[in-house]
Amino acid sequence: MFEWKWDFVWEIMPRLIEATGNTLLAAGAGYAIAVVLGLALALGQRTPYAVVTFVVREFVEFIRSTPLILQIFFVFYVGPQFGIRLSPWMSGMIAIGLHYACYLSEVYRGGIESVAKGQWEAATALNMTTAQKYRRIIIPQAIPPALAGMGNYLVGIFKDTPMLSVIGVAELIHTANAIGSENYRFLEPYTMVGIIFLAISLPAAGLIRLFEGRVRRKLGL
Amino acid sequence: MQDLSRFPLELTGDDVPMVRFQQVRKSYGSLTVLDNLDLDVAPGEMVTIIGPSGSGKTTVLRMLMTLETINGGVIYVDGKPLTHMPKGGKLVPANERHLRNRRADIGMCFQHFNLFPHMTALENCMEGPVHVLGLTKAEARDRSEDLLELVGMIDKKDQHPSRLSGGQQQRVAIARALAMRPKVMLFDEVTSALDPEVIGEVTNVIRGLVDEHNLTMLMVTHQMGFARDISDRVCFFYAGRIEEQGTPADLFGNPQKERTQQFLSAVKEAV
Ligand SMILES: Nc1ncnc2c1ncn2[C@@H]1O[C@H](COP(=O)(O)OP(=O)(O)OP(=O)(O)O)[C@@H](O)[C@H]1O
Ligand SMILES: [Mg+2]
Repeated sequence: MFEWKWDFVWEIMPRLIEATGNTLLAAGAGYAIAVVLGLALALGQRTPYAVVTFVVREFVEFIRSTPLILQIFFVFYVGPQFGIRLSPWMSGMIAIGLHYACYLSEVYRGGIESVAKGQWEAATALNMTTAQKYRRIIIPQAIPPALAGMGNYLVGIFKDTPMLSVIGVAELIHTANAIGSENYRFLEPYTMVGIIFLAISLPAAGLIRLFEGRVRRKLGL
Repeated sequence: MQDLSRFPLELTGDDVPMVRFQQVRKSYGSLTVLDNLDLDVAPGEMVTIIGPSGSGKTTVLRMLMTLETINGGVIYVDGKPLTHMPKGGKLVPANERHLRNRRADIGMCFQHFNLFPHMTALENCMEGPVHVLGLTKAEARDRSEDLLELVGMIDKKDQHPSRLSGGQQQRVAIARALAMRPKVMLFDEVTSALDPEVIGEVTNVIRGLVDEHNLTMLMVTHQMGFARDISDRVCFFYAGRIEEQGTPADLFGNPQKERTQQFLSAVKEAV
C-alpha cells in the first residue's frame, strides 16, 4: 500500500517549481505566437483575393482537425528530413503556437464579424485606408467580444503543454515522470502536478473575466 | 463594358456643378434601383430628396459616398470624375487610390449615427483629422472642439457614445463629418431614428450649416416641413427616377405630377 510522504514532497518541490516555470514559459510563448499568428490567419481570410482566402481557410481547417500531438511530432521528427532541425523547445512552440493560432483565428473572425456594418461605412466616410479601418476601428471593437474565447484558449494552451513532454521539453509532466522513475514513486509528483495545474488554471480563469470587464469599460462598451 | 467615350474627363465652364450624376445606373442582380439618373447639385446648394420607401433615395447618397459601386454612368464631384478616372485619354473605373483621393470632398451622416463606440465624442471627431488628414493632435483637437461647440456638444466631449442620447450622438456625428472639411455633406434620414422631442436639436444644427457654411448638401428626409424650410431644391424620387423636382414652394405648393400629389397627400395624412 502506498502512503503519502511529505518528506518526499518537499524534496521534489524545487524541481517541480522549476518545471512550473518552464510550463508557464511554454504556455506564454506559445500563446504569444498564437495571438499574433491567429490574427494574421483571421485577416488572411478577409482579403479581396479568393485564392488567399481559400488557402488560409483550408489550412486552418486542416490544423483544427488533426491532433496537436501529431503536429508536435511532425515539426520535431519530420522537420529534420527537410533540413529543418529545431530544438524540442522551438519545435514545441511552433507546433503549439500554430495549433492555437488556428483556433484563435476563429475567435477573431467571430469578433470581427460581430462589428456592425455601419462602422465600416463610417470609416469609409472618413476616407480611411483598409489598414486604418482594421487597426483603429474594427479590431478594437472585435477584441472585447473575443476576450472570453481568447481566455479559454489561454487556459487550454496551458493544459496542453504536457504534450510537449513527448519531445523532451522539461515541463511539469516530463519532470514528474523523471522524478517518478528515479524514485519509483509516482503518487506525490503526479498529485502535486495536478494541484499546481489547478492552482494556476482556476485563478487565471477568474482573472481573465475581470480583465474582460475592465477592457469593456475602458472602451466604453 | 459600357461606352464611356461620351462622358467628359472633366467638367469645365462657368457653372460646374459640385455634384453631377450623369446617366447613373444601379442594380442589385435583376432589380434596377436607379435608372439613368441625371442630377446636378450646384456649389452651396441644399438639395433634398423625398419619395416613397424603396425609391432609391439612400442608394443615391451611398453611391456618392462610394459605399456602393455603380453599374453605369459617371458621378462627378467638383468637376472631376469620382467613380472613374482618366487613363490614356478616356475614363476607366476608379481604383482605390483614386477613390481615396476624391472621397475627401464628401462627408456623410447616417440614420443610425455610426459613431465609434470605443472612442469619446472628441476622439470620434479627431480620428479622421489625425489619422487621415495628418493633422497634429493639437490642431485636430482645436478643430474638433470648435465643431462640438457648434453642435452644442462641447460639454459632453469626453463621453462615450453609449452615454449619449440619439440626438446627441447624431450631433457628434455631424461634427465628426464636418471635421474632415468636406465640400459636400450627405444626410441620410438623420432624424428617423430619433425620439420626436430631440429631432429639433439635430435639425437646428443642419439649419445652422445652411446659414453659416458654404457647404453643398444632399439630404434624404421624411420630414416634409423641414425639407420645405431649408432646401433650395426638392427632388421627388419614384421607382429609381426623379419624378419631379423644383423649389420647395413649387413642389410642395403646386405639384404637377399625379404621383407627387399622391405621395404628398399620403404623408400629410400620416402626420
Ligand atoms: N444591398 C442591397 N441588396 C439588394 N437590394 C437592395 C440593397 N440595398 C437596397 N436595395 C434595394 O434597392 C431599393 C432602393 O433602396 P434604398 O435604400 O435606396 O431606398 P430608400 O428610398 O432609401 O427607401 P427608405 O425610404 O425605406 O429608406 C430597394 O428596393 C431596396 O430593397
Ligand atoms: Mg433610405
